[in-house]
Amino acid sequence: MSPVAKGAGGRQGTEPERVTRSREPLLWSLFSAGGMASALVLPALAGVLWVAVPAGWVAAPEHGAMLAVAAHPLTRAAVSLLLILFFFHWAHRFRYTLYDGLQLYHLNLLIAVATYGIASALSALALWIVWTLG
Amino acid sequence: MKGASEWDRHAPSSAPNPRHTRYHPRWHRERIPIFWWVGHRRYTLFILRELTAVLVLYSGLLLLAQLVAIGRGPESYQAFQGWLAEPWVLALHTFVLLGLIFHTVTWLNLAPKALVLRVGKIRVPPRAVLVGHYLAWIAVSALVAGALVWVAG
Amino acid sequence: MEPVTLKVLRYRPEEEVEPTYQEYEVPCQDNWMVLDALNHVKERLDGTLSYRWACRMGVCGSCGMTVNGTPVLTCATYVEDVLPGPVVVEPLRGFPVIRDLVGDITDFMEKLGRVKPWLIRDEKKSPDEGEYLQTPEEVADYKQYSMCINCMLCYAACPIYELEPDFIGPAAIALAQRYNLDSRDQGEEERMDVLSQHDGVWACTFIGECSVVCPKNVDPAGAIQRYKVSATVDWVRSVLMPGRKP
Repeated sequence: MSPVAKGAGGRQGTEPERVTRSREPLLWSLFSAGGMASALVLPALAGVLWVAVPAGWVAAPEHGAMLAVAAHPLTRAAVSLLLILFFFHWAHRFRYTLYDGLQLYHLNLLIAVATYGIASALSALALWIVWTLG
Repeated sequence: MKGASEWDRHAPSSAPNPRHTRYHPRWHRERIPIFWWVGHRRYTLFILRELTAVLVLYSGLLLLAQLVAIGRGPESYQAFQGWLAEPWVLALHTFVLLGLIFHTVTWLNLAPKALVLRVGKIRVPPRAVLVGHYLAWIAVSALVAGALVWVAG
Repeated sequence: MEPVTLKVLRYRPEEEVEPTYQEYEVPCQDNWMVLDALNHVKERLDGTLSYRWACRMGVCGSCGMTVNGTPVLTCATYVEDVLPGPVVVEPLRGFPVIRDLVGDITDFMEKLGRVKPWLIRDEKKSPDEGEYLQTPEEVADYKQYSMCINCMLCYAACPIYELEPDFIGPAAIALAQRYNLDSRDQGEEERMDVLSQHDGVWACTFIGECSVVCPKNVDPAGAIQRYKVSATVDWVRSVLMPGRKP
């Protein structure tokens, strides 16, 4: 740390400031990673699994083949990572949409606990489902 | 005591503001409507963009549900596939797909603003960063769709 | 050109509790700016109308107003481009109105100072040691952000600033980045104390409207997102290598 920053800076910030400083980058990086992952993966995934196959444009995969793919360790790792990122992407974005979009500033803490709490619970559930499958 | 308007010979004396005190001006503050994003095209698009996160959450949950169905065996998997093929479900998921594409387009379009890449000392032009992101989207889509179609046999 | 109706927001705090609109018929000439029309009102029709302006050439940044709902520099907006009338002229949003079209900008001035928009050096060179030299690439890193004229259109366009008045705001962050990205500056650490708070960069949800209305293509929205990325990189580094200078 430079001497100037020590002297003039509010480096000796109050406790909540330090907490914010360490929390925001973590939540934002999860949000961003989830945004990028969902942007790149989800249209193709949703397009094939939930539109093209049910509409009959693509042959429906056999149960055995789907199970084999879903139980592959690489698939488990990729899917659990993607799901966790999706949930935290939602939590962060939805939190701010409620917060600014409906001006619920007085409910800040409640909204934050609810959104990140739901994302954490869903992540745990996703890990359990993905790794106990098959 | 004289009223404010009598002190100020330029101010018309009609309908004086009773709350006005000289040298302690009453600023006017515009109230923000609760639904400030209604009736302004770009703010509305912004809120729609943010709400695509709900579709991301839904997609995550749907994928989990499908995995559960696969894990429970062939009958439950067939039942799930049958539910997916119901017209209203298919219509809903077509809407979800359009929303997800909206998410992807808005996300990728904003990426070059946040991401500044350099080759040596020279900044990569934002347009090149943008094109790179779209190429990545095409590549990942081809990979995901190709793998799923390959699994389908 | 046909006479144009200007519908101007009036607020005279001695007389009115709430602002009202007043309409003026202005015989606009070809290639008049909205500011020319307002000056015509002030000089020929109603001397009591208050508004700020100075340079008439998009440099001083004082004539920003809301025209037909959009924050613009009135000296750089053709009347023709905002027709058909009535052309609605209001003060910039987000700032308390002192009188008519004049807003109170104290809040912005205070925030601007908090990000320390000047070169900060640990050790200053003495003049006989020569200048701080920069390559064209190093100038290009911050030049865009140095174009800001403090017109505050970006604040008026930003719903977050209106909703959360403590938000440090687009121009102040862009100007902080103008110095952070300057190779001669060493003050990033000091500015981080302001920028890395919720009311610094994190309150921004990238609506992007600040960059749309900016008359100088400063792109404050980009500056804010870039800062989020570098703050995140710093945070990751501090987690991986604790005790190191961020």
